Amino acid sequence: MDLEPTEDQKAVRSAFSEFFTDRCPISVVRAAEPLGFAADLWRRLAAMGVPGMALPEDAGGGASRADLILLLHEAGRVLAPVPLSAHLAASRLLLDTPWCAGVADGTLIAAPALRPTVDGLARLVPGGAVADVVVALDEDELVAVRGEAPMTAPVNHAAAPLADRYVRDDRGGRVVLARGEDAARRHAALRREWQLYTAATLTGLAERALESAVAYTLEREQFGKPIGAFQAVQQGLADLVGPLDGIRLLTARAAWCADEGDPAEAGRLAVMAFLAATEVARTTTYRAVHFHGGYGVTLEYDIQLYFRRARGWPLVLGDPDEEYRALADDLFGAVGGV
Amino acid sequence: MDFRPKESVEEFRRWIRGFVAEHLTEDMIERARRTGTFHDWGFHRALAATGVIAEGMAGPGRAGGRDPLELYVFFDELGLADAPFYGLANTMLVAGVVEQIGSAFHLAEVLPRFHRGEAIAALGYSEPGSGSDVAAAATRAERVPGDPEDEPVWLVNGQKMFTTLVHEAGYVILLTRTDPDVAKHRGLTMFLVPTDLPGISFQAVETMGGDRTNITYFADVRVPDRWRLGEVHGGWDVMKVALAYERGVFGNMNQGVSLLRRFTRWATETGAMDDTAVRKRLARIAIDNEITALLALRPALIASAGGLPTTEGSIAKLYASEAYNRAAEACLDMAGPEGLLGEPGDAWFVDHAARDAPVTTIYGGTSEIQRNNIAEHRLGLPRSR
Ligand SMILES: Cc1cc2nc3c(=O)[nH]c(=O)nc-3n(C[C@H](O)[C@H](O)[C@H](O)COP(=O)(O)OP(=O)(O)OC[C@H]3O[C@@H](n4cnc5c(N)ncnc54)[C@H](O)[C@@H]3O)c2cc1C
Repeated sequence: MDLEPTEDQKAVRSAFSEFFTDRCPISVVRAAEPLGFAADLWRRLAAMGVPGMALPEDAGGGASRADLILLLHEAGRVLAPVPLSAHLAASRLLLDTPWCAGVADGTLIAAPALRPTVDGLARLVPGGAVADVVVALDEDELVAVRGEAPMTAPVNHAAAPLADRYVRDDRGGRVVLARGEDAARRHAALRREWQLYTAATLTGLAERALESAVAYTLEREQFGKPIGAFQAVQQGLADLVGPLDGIRLLTARAAWCADEGDPAEAGRLAVMAFLAATEVARTTTYRAVHFHGGYGVTLEYDIQLYFRRARGWPLVLGDPDEEYRALADDLFGAVGGV
Repeated sequence: MDFRPKESVEEFRRWIRGFVAEHLTEDMIERARRTGTFHDWGFHRALAATGVIAEGMAGPGRAGGRDPLELYVFFDELGLADAPFYGLANTMLVAGVVEQIGSAFHLAEVLPRFHRGEAIAALGYSEPGSGSDVAAAATRAERVPGDPEDEPVWLVNGQKMFTTLVHEAGYVILLTRTDPDVAKHRGLTMFLVPTDLPGISFQAVETMGGDRTNITYFADVRVPDRWRLGEVHGGWDVMKVALAYERGVFGNMNQGVSLLRRFTRWATETGAMDDTAVRKRLARIAIDNEITALLALRPALIASAGGLPTTEGSIAKLYASEAYNRAAEACLDMAGPEGLLGEPGDAWFVDHAARDAPVTTIYGGTSEIQRNNIAEHRLGLPRSR
């Protein structure tokens, strides 16, 4: 048992960390607004083979979940404006489709409709604004649909590339991946996969937000000393550390269980990690903005970018309350069940 | 990262589980709850007879001993089973300090009694005027003038607060002031004192959480020098060792687990479990429990790998105790008026948790003290004291 990354994992992490630090300074994040997509950054990731990482080895991937969450953590730290969680989660379902090679090399972007469609319309699909292939649960069918990426997103809180996508149009190609119970089961697995990746991304986001807040409180002076010397500020920041370490460990444990072939436990932990990360990212960015004072809410400061994404990224799944309820069913059995 | 449990540790877990199943009775648990004395001589001696106290734990500067991860599992399992283990924890901690710092006299006279389960230890750090600021201890120890040929004797006067289990303990580890004229950390001396020396008396203090603790008075107590632990004026060095062991020993941070288990059973019986709002809150507690378990494991893993956990202990303690409070408050609400009932049966455990949880953010270093530590040593913020 070891809660620290292995030497290999440390190497993976520092490679991604260097990449994102070099290629995704905050100016890239800002320039990508309002769509929330940096095509150049995506191409560079594609050149490194990142879009195919979640696929099996012979399809151009072979990364473990443990490695994937390191990637996503680093992407979250810099608020990388590329739909990594969405693409990687959806890609796993596209293996036997004509688009697999394109998805693996990043020439095609995939996105998952996380909520069931209504009359064939998938609403606010994460990555949907830039996706070439959308995976959706359309009534009792799990489908993959090739279509035109709108390349425009409705103005939204997180500047995320969301879009409504109609999934009954088969002009570009439409593949039924599964039907009936199998479709529902695989869609549920897709959601959990996305939750795991998003938990990792939010962990990176929260980690960086806390670092920014600490740095700011050491630099900003009031009453003749750094505000970080005031105990009220210190205690408020110190409170964030345990929850942050906690979601990092929980996400890693979920990834490890998935890698070890324990999907039931992995799924449960992924939901837990997602829910906890959603809360922690909110609290952390709230306090991080707060300790920046009035400057924190000005658009000139970067911390508000973190605040908005912390809320926007997870919320595309729906009200977290529903996830708590589903988790309770998983933990305690369904109401009225035996 | 690797979350696979170590086989030797799991084997030890099975052993302690088996031991508990065989030796811990409902009677013992109930008696501890009723009296507030979380120590049971029968259970303690049975454990001591297995050699588990004698084996001790691997610690800073101590070779051999039990893997700290096994110690963590040990107290984790005792906690889950509601075993009254405070005497055990105190004694293992003090035994660790004695092994590392004690004189030949301590090693010969006291240690075997600890190992055989004949005597337990109490911790005499806190005082009426010093709690969080433990180094401000004022209990005075003065050398009695005498023949330089004779063994020096110290005259101890003062008062210790919250000396839990001193009413059962054979010995108390005692932090005293031997030089009031220097910086507070440098004028301290530690003793390990038999509790039956003339001049020592105590008085019970009952607490909201159900623990019985004590005030201990020292009135002209003559303590022969052989009971001194460590150097004269070197008390703070001993304290540092004791605190390092404390991080290893007091591994029990899983109160939320038993609370959730009990509450789920109760809610299923009463039908409350069908309520969506209840289910959602229980799911939250389950998440907190998972996180607590991982955070609590971390310092043990670090120690097990030969490192010295620092802020990881603070982080775990802070999270665990704050989460326990959230869980207890939630359960109190969910149980409604029945959660207020304190008699065994029904939802008594809710009342217990609601009164016990607030204590956990106080002892073993308050939440504020843990945050100070995290702010300074993890976040690199300026020292605030
Ligand atoms: C049931 C129980 C059992 C105990 N058992 C033992 C035992 O066996 N042996 C023993 O020696 N002690 C024991 N203690 C004592 C325990 O360690 C102290 O209560 C604890 O360290 C806090 O000290 P205090 O009670 O004097 O509170 P104080 O130190 O007076 O603290 C009061 C409040 O002020 C805050 N505060 C203090 N200093 C700071 C600061 N620098 N920054 C911010 N906030 C601060 C605290 O966080 C707290 O909220 C026990 C306590 C309890 C309740």
